[in-house]
Amino acid sequence: MDFISILSVFVMACFVGYYVVWSVTPALHTPLMAVTNAISSVIVVGALVAAAAEGSAVSKWLGLGAVVLASVNIFGGFAVTERMLAMYKKKEKK
Amino acid sequence: MEQVISPSLSPPAWVGLAYLIAGVLFILALRGLSSPATSRAGNRYGMIGMTIAMVTTLVTHGIASLPEIAGAIAIGGGVGFITARKIKMTDMPQLVAAFHSLVGLAAVLVGLAAYLNPVAFGITGADGLIEPQSRIEMGLGIAIGAITFSGSVIAFLKLAGKMSGSPILLPGRHVLNLGTLVAIIGLVGYFTQDESQWVIATITVLSFIIGFLLIIPIGGADMPVVVSMLNSYSGWAAAAMGFTLHNTAMIITGALVGSSGAILSYIMCKAMNRGFLSVIAGGFGADAGPASGGPAKEQRPWKRGSAEDAAYIMKEAETVIIIPGYGMAVSQAQHVLREMGDQLKKAGVNVKYAIHPVAGRMPGHMNVLLAEANVPYDEVFELEDINGEFAQADVAFIIGANDVVNPAAKTDKSSSIYGMPVFDVEKAKTIFFVKRSMGGVGYAGVDNDVFYMDQTMMLLADAKKMVEDIIKALAH
Repeated sequence: MDFISILSVFVMACFVGYYVVWSVTPALHTPLMAVTNAISSVIVVGALVAAAAEGSAVSKWLGLGAVVLASVNIFGGFAVTERMLAMYKKKEKK
Repeated sequence: MEQVISPSLSPPAWVGLAYLIAGVLFILALRGLSSPATSRAGNRYGMIGMTIAMVTTLVTHGIASLPEIAGAIAIGGGVGFITARKIKMTDMPQLVAAFHSLVGLAAVLVGLAAYLNPVAFGITGADGLIEPQSRIEMGLGIAIGAITFSGSVIAFLKLAGKMSGSPILLPGRHVLNLGTLVAIIGLVGYFTQDESQWVIATITVLSFIIGFLLIIPIGGADMPVVVSMLNSYSGWAAAAMGFTLHNTAMIITGALVGSSGAILSYIMCKAMNRGFLSVIAGGFGADAGPASGGPAKEQRPWKRGSAEDAAYIMKEAETVIIIPGYGMAVSQAQHVLREMGDQLKKAGVNVKYAIHPVAGRMPGHMNVLLAEANVPYDEVFELEDINGEFAQADVAFIIGANDVVNPAAKTDKSSSIYGMPVFDVEKAKTIFFVKRSMGGVGYAGVDNDVFYMDQTMMLLADAKKMVEDIIKALAH
C-alpha cells in the first residue's frame, strides 16, 4: 500500500472514532478505557513480526518482550472489561 | 534454511482483508459501548478482532521461533488474566494506568526491533537502508510510546498512592519541557538523514524523560484527564507503528483509541471548566489551604446531624438523590450505600444516584463502583439529566463528594472552580453531607457554602461507617 492510501485509512478511522466514541454512554467510560487499552495492544502484530523473524537476535528478543507486554494487556484488558460489563444490570421489573 | 523475505511487501490479498476485518471488529467493540445492553457483545467483537489480527500475523510470517512466541503469549496472557480477575474495582484507575504503560513500552520495543531488523518489517529501500518515511514513523512511534510509558508509570504511582498525589513543581519546568519536546522533534527529523544508533537512542531516552516531566506536576484529582490523555497517546503510538508496518488493523485501532482518549480528556476538562493546557501545565491543587481558593472565610455556624436524624428524614422523604464522590471509593462504601438505597426503596422512597463526570479518579469510575454494588444502571443519572430534579427532591445525600456540589462554582467569580458545572444541591429541602471532618476542604481547596446552609446537616464520620449506622437506624 502506498502512503496516501494508508493515510486515507487513518484519517477516515479518526472520523469514525470521533463519532463512535461520542455515542458511548458516560456510564461506560471506564470500560471504554479498559477496552481501548486492550485493542491498542494490536501493536502485538508488530511484536510478532519482530519475534518471528530471523536476522537479528536482539530484535527477536525485543519482539518477544513486546509480545509479553502486549499479551498482558490483551488478556487483562478484555478480561477486566468483561468483568465490569457483567456488573451493569438493569432494574428488575416487578 | 530458506531466507525470510520481507512478507509485508507483497502479502496475498486475503491478508489485507483479514486486518481490515479486525479493524472493523474493533470499531464494533467501541460501538457496543453505546448501551450497557450491547456492551458485552461489543467486547466479544474486540476479542475476535484481536484473534484474527494475531493469527493472520503468525501464519503469514516465516516463524523461526514459535515455541518462544507461544511462551511469551502464555506468560503475558496469564499475568494479565489473573490481574484482571483479582483487581478491586476501586483500584481500576491505577490498573488502567499500568496497562497504558505496557502498551507504551511495547511500542518502544517494537520500534527498536524494527530499527534493528528492518528487513523483517519490509521497510528497507533499494540501498538497504531504512526508508526515510519509515524512519519518521518509527521515530514518532518510539517517542510517543516512551512518553506513554513513563507518563503512565508516574500516573500509576500517584493513583496507587505509592507517590504523593500533590504536584511536584520543578523550577523552569515549562522551558525544560518545551526544550526537550523540540529536541525530540528535531532528532526525529535528523533521523531521516542519519540512521545512526545514537539518534534513535537519544530520542528514546529523551522521550522517557519528557513523559516523566510532563506528569509529575499534575495533581491527583486531575488524574482523570491524565489517564484519558495517556489512553490517547497509546493509540497514536499504535497508529505510528501501523504506518511503519502498513497495517490497517493497527492504523484503524490507533485512530480509534487516539480519538477516544482525546474525547475523554475533552469531556473531563469541560466538566472542570478548565483548559486542557492548564491541566497539562499542572500545579493545580498544590496546597489544600484556602490560599489557592477564595479568601479564607470566618468561622461560620453549621449543624451536625446523626445517623438517626438521617434515617428518620430519609424514610419520610419522597425522593432522595445520592451524590457519590471519590471519598466513597476510598472508604469502599458502595455496597453499604446500595443497601441503604434498598432499605429506603422498601420504605417507598424514590432513590436516584447522581454522578458528576469528574467524580472519582477516572471517567466513569463511580458508575463502575455502583454497578459493582448492584445498583441498577437506570437509577444512575448524569449531571445534566438530573440537575433539574433537585428542586423537587426532599433529600440530597452527598457522600465523599465536595467540589462538584459547591455553589461557589456558580456564584463566586474569584473561586478557582468558578464556571465548573455543579449539582444544584442547595435546591433540595434537606442536605446530608457525609464527610470525615469539618477540617478538610475539597481538592480545589475552596470552602463550600453548602456546609453552612440552614437545610444542611453534616454527618461527620467515615463514609462506610456512617452509612452502616444509617442502615441500623432505618431498621428500627
